[in-house]
Amino acid sequence: MDGPHHSTATRDDVRHGRAAARPAADGAGGAPGDGHSSTTTIEVNGVPHTLAVDNRRVLLDLLREDLGLTGAKKGCDQGQCGACTVLVDGRRVNSCLLPAVALDGSAVTTVEGLADGDEGTDGDGLHPLQRAFLDRDAFQCGYCTPGQICSALGAIGEAAAGHPSHVTDPGAPPGRPVPLTRDEIRERLSGNLCRCGAYPHIVEAVEDVLP
Amino acid sequence: MKPFAYVRAGSLQEAADAFTARPGARYLAGGTNLMDLMKLGVEQPEALIDVSRLPLDTVEELPDGSLRVGATVRNSDLAAHPVVRDRYPALSRALLAGASGQLRNVATTGGNLLQRTRCPYFQDVTKPCNKRSPGSGCGALEGVHRDHAVLGHSEHCVATHPSDMAVALAALDARVELYGPGGARTVPAARFHRLPGDHPERDTEILPGELVTGVVLPALTAGLPSAYRKARDRASYAFALASTAAVLEVTDGAVSHAGIAFGGVAHRPWRARRAEEALLGATPTRAAFEEAVDLELSAARPLRDNAYKVDLVRNVAVDVLAGLASRTPDRV
Amino acid sequence: MATTADTGIAPADPGSAVGAPAERREGRQKVTGRARYAAEHHLPGRAHAWPVAASVARGRVRSVDASAALDLPGVIDVLTHGNAPRLAAPDDPVLAVLQDDRVPHRGWFVALVVGETLEAARAGAAAVRVAYETEEHDVTLDAGHPGAHVPEEANGGHPARREQGDPEGAFAASAVRVDTGYRVPPLHNHPMEPHSSTAHWDGDRLVVHTSSQGTTPVRTTLAAMFEVPEERITVTAEHVGGGFGSKGTPRPDVVLAVMAARHTGRPVTVALHRRMLPSVVGHRAPTLHRVRLGAGEDGRLTGVLHEVVTHTSRIKEFVEQAAVPARVMYAVTDSLTEHRVAPLDVPTPSWMRAPGEAPGMYALESAMDELAEALDMDPIELRIANEPDTEPDSGKPFSSRHLVECLREGARRFGWSRRDPRPRSRREGPLLVGTGVAAATYPVLVSPSTASAHALPDGSFAVRVNATDIGTGARTVLAQIAADALGVPLDRVRIEIGSTELPAAPLAGGSSGSASWGWSVHDACTRLTARLAGHTGPLPEGGLSARADTTGTADADSPYARHAFGAHFAEVAVDTVTGETRVRRMLGVFAAGRILNARTARSQLIGGMTMGLGMALTEGSTMDAAFGDFAESDLAAYHVPVHADVPDVEAHWIDEDDPHLNPMGSKGVGEIGIVGSAAAVGNAVHHATGVRFRELPLTPDRVLAGLREAGV
Repeated sequence: MDGPHHSTATRDDVRHGRAAARPAADGAGGAPGDGHSSTTTIEVNGVPHTLAVDNRRVLLDLLREDLGLTGAKKGCDQGQCGACTVLVDGRRVNSCLLPAVALDGSAVTTVEGLADGDEGTDGDGLHPLQRAFLDRDAFQCGYCTPGQICSALGAIGEAAAGHPSHVTDPGAPPGRPVPLTRDEIRERLSGNLCRCGAYPHIVEAVEDVLP
Repeated sequence: MKPFAYVRAGSLQEAADAFTARPGARYLAGGTNLMDLMKLGVEQPEALIDVSRLPLDTVEELPDGSLRVGATVRNSDLAAHPVVRDRYPALSRALLAGASGQLRNVATTGGNLLQRTRCPYFQDVTKPCNKRSPGSGCGALEGVHRDHAVLGHSEHCVATHPSDMAVALAALDARVELYGPGGARTVPAARFHRLPGDHPERDTEILPGELVTGVVLPALTAGLPSAYRKARDRASYAFALASTAAVLEVTDGAVSHAGIAFGGVAHRPWRARRAEEALLGATPTRAAFEEAVDLELSAARPLRDNAYKVDLVRNVAVDVLAGLASRTPDRV
Repeated sequence: MATTADTGIAPADPGSAVGAPAERREGRQKVTGRARYAAEHHLPGRAHAWPVAASVARGRVRSVDASAALDLPGVIDVLTHGNAPRLAAPDDPVLAVLQDDRVPHRGWFVALVVGETLEAARAGAAAVRVAYETEEHDVTLDAGHPGAHVPEEANGGHPARREQGDPEGAFAASAVRVDTGYRVPPLHNHPMEPHSSTAHWDGDRLVVHTSSQGTTPVRTTLAAMFEVPEERITVTAEHVGGGFGSKGTPRPDVVLAVMAARHTGRPVTVALHRRMLPSVVGHRAPTLHRVRLGAGEDGRLTGVLHEVVTHTSRIKEFVEQAAVPARVMYAVTDSLTEHRVAPLDVPTPSWMRAPGEAPGMYALESAMDELAEALDMDPIELRIANEPDTEPDSGKPFSSRHLVECLREGARRFGWSRRDPRPRSRREGPLLVGTGVAAATYPVLVSPSTASAHALPDGSFAVRVNATDIGTGARTVLAQIAADALGVPLDRVRIEIGSTELPAAPLAGGSSGSASWGWSVHDACTRLTARLAGHTGPLPEGGLSARADTTGTADADSPYARHAFGAHFAEVAVDTVTGETRVRRMLGVFAAGRILNARTARSQLIGGMTMGLGMALTEGSTMDAAFGDFAESDLAAYHVPVHADVPDVEAHWIDEDDPHLNPMGSKGVGEIGIVGSAAAVGNAVHHATGVRFRELPLTPDRVLAGLREAGV
């Protein structure tokens, strides 16, 4: 795939996933020069960014190094701690394992983007889950915290969409929302390590924002 | 990580062509294992061919009663799929026993099958490993190998396959669909992964340039009681020390179908054929299960520090089978 | 010395800021992702550097071929012992990186690649070719290791060996004897933020952002090594993603960052990869314990012998002081506590949360459980029967000691009286359920500190001290101390910490931070209050200030033995099918002086207990005899507990009023939570199964084998 990529995706395209669905064989992997970098458009917290990225660059480093969004943390750089968790097209993912170039057309939400806009804030500029983390003292060093928060939001959405977990009764009816008991929260957040041991308080904070 | 080119494939043919043009390439789907291995220097592709947007992301019921799962269906979506939960509960349970919510949201069916061992010697490029670097030796054979194989290993490699999903697929008699420069073909899931033998560098039967396009779950095992149980060092987010997937049909008080596969104990999901044969026609009692599983495990050759795995997989397998026989839902 | 069981919700003294559950001052920054950590300082022109780790266990670097690395796009330079800046020899040998060709252990850094980007630096590091001369290595610790010797002292300055009376004779003559052994494997701190530093030379000034538990010692170290006056160095650690001892003193990352910044003239960040940490930031050394307890039929101890063998590296002696708690805990006149250490070709061990006490109390409190069993005595009553009047080893009176109250209060809250003491008496299908108890102790440590307090014309106050908040809530607690000393509401006090531009202060370690920093803050604020009382009219434009330095007071010898105490209770379920052991609930009650902030203290205590749960069940590292490194080098293999491992964990405390500590009356809560918690879990596993496991962690392989051996 040669030749530079001319992004024609509009912000609405990005938001609605149309750009992502469009076959990009015409050069989304376009290579300015050495063939080892590509022009990529990613919407982050509602703002589209078009960047020439080294193909090796993962989303986490794009956020932290290119965009200065250091809320997503690097704890292990290999998908084993969850500190880098962000939402891509609404789903929680480990941003340390996603090549940014493959996310062309995606919409990313990081911890910095949670309190933007009117929805879901409690008037003090925080997302209710951020507020609950403060109320419950659900962190100490704070390094896993953005990942815990993004992961919890993803997990709440998954449960609402009827996604089971390992502790869900296998006989539970498919497609129905799964009630988030403490065991469910613990299992679903187990991809987010916390070495300070804030787990019990994190579970309480998540409970605070359940519908 | 070495610099690499990135190519997004718009069709299967484009993917295959791109590979032909760049034989040192790797296909990229979820990338959760591949990117890790590239960062570690274990994988050094000159190009990534992105197949994540190929139209392989659907689950369809086929007219013959089987279920076709596209290669890029995400593990989380597959585990939550109503038909999978209803007809192949072992598959859903196995998927949910693996990795984390974040990883399952990205990892794909095809990628899960193709993930590499988590053997620490394989992952460390400064140490010998015949799988990573044929002929360099096996660091685990006399090294730290509590997590390694007790069945089917060779002097060249004692690694285990880390997948939970693949264990369920093997027990359920699924088939793996492949597409490559030589065209399309299918391979039984239970024979998709290889034993190490003299060539531990080959994990699977896949040929260079071939791509997993999907997995077909057969009508044969649809709706039969099936379960998956995994034992691990911590309560979640850990690879299996040992696991068992089983599907069991009892007709008129006798076992009429048994599919049993062990995970975490061999270079591939270990389909327990001898146990299955012993159970066919037998009355499904705990004693019968114990006898059958012991027969299977008579082939076990534990290493210096992992004899516990023989007991562990035995207990787990018997527990899973007894649970299925009593029709109690599998509980871990 | 009245004691009450405090709920911890309401401040003990209404109107006092200290004790109140004040919200963390930096909390909003942390939950919104705005808190910046050491690698997150985007200086113009910043480069990234990636170390190259030695791939042999012992030997010398024969040559380094950097040509392939230098040919890669984006690689700026490669530092080796051949071209790196020469530094003055550091006090801590682990910091002498790239200074010579020796490789004291696998994982030791032998080169550093500086790149324009993280990717370039890492690719460069992978392309560096290092040739070694290898030497035979020995990394395997066993109790009879010929190199094992009694050192001069153990960590913390404790004598390596103490003997009182005739321990061997007394033990031999005891009516009831327990002679047993335990093994605690190497453990890793693994704070969530890997060790990272960003360094920048601005002319002859050096500015460093580092992930450290104390930047005052970092500056002192850098000044000496780089031969730059301290006043030309600024080191900050505004937010630190955990440390648990592994960031107590500088680690190689900060030396490499400063070196690379000097060498390249660019700002440089060195962020160690997770997989590097086990080899270069310290670990809890493995400890092999022999414990002998002799007692009379009444349960009173007649002899206590605790002997520990551990390892250290070839370049530095660090001796995990695991036998020390036996000098504190129980009344006995005939005792032996001894440490032996074997220098091996292993990475250098260091502090990990409650060094000494954590493994030592696992062994001692497990042995106490074995003794209770041998005596057919309740383990709580056994401990109470051996409550000393004075500290057994020193003979000093305790400044306060409420271990008995902790045990009683814990028993009440946990429902201990309903326990059937017979092992294996509770079965739920395939699960065996049991409960266990263990005691905890941690010394009260305190170091001199300076601080300043400033009254500003707008009515607010600024308090400055180079404390470090590694997640403890230091900012918040110090503000509370200041508010009370000033007699003003909390919101009038601004607190500044985390920079060497502030008054010098000791590191966050040894559970001493709040005591050390708080003492100087208290004194500075008290002096300022006095100055303000003598001041009439409006404040001058610059406000009024006062300074304090607690040298000579904070470190004065005390006639008292000062320790925090606690009691742990745990309930476990052991799956007889798999050997999987999971904790169902944990409860701790602590006597740690005055609790300065109910909210943050509770979090620290629960966090310590959680780390103890990991020590008991999931965490362990294996020294690879052939290769000389830890086999469990990442977070997929080294099992830090996850959410699903950690059920309800409760921490409570007894309010202690101890006038012999510091102006706040606090003892510190950072470490006592882990001490004894692993023993409580292990004792619960014994109660559940009837099988005594003596090697941690209690993973399915061990438990299943033990159950099988016992015919369970």
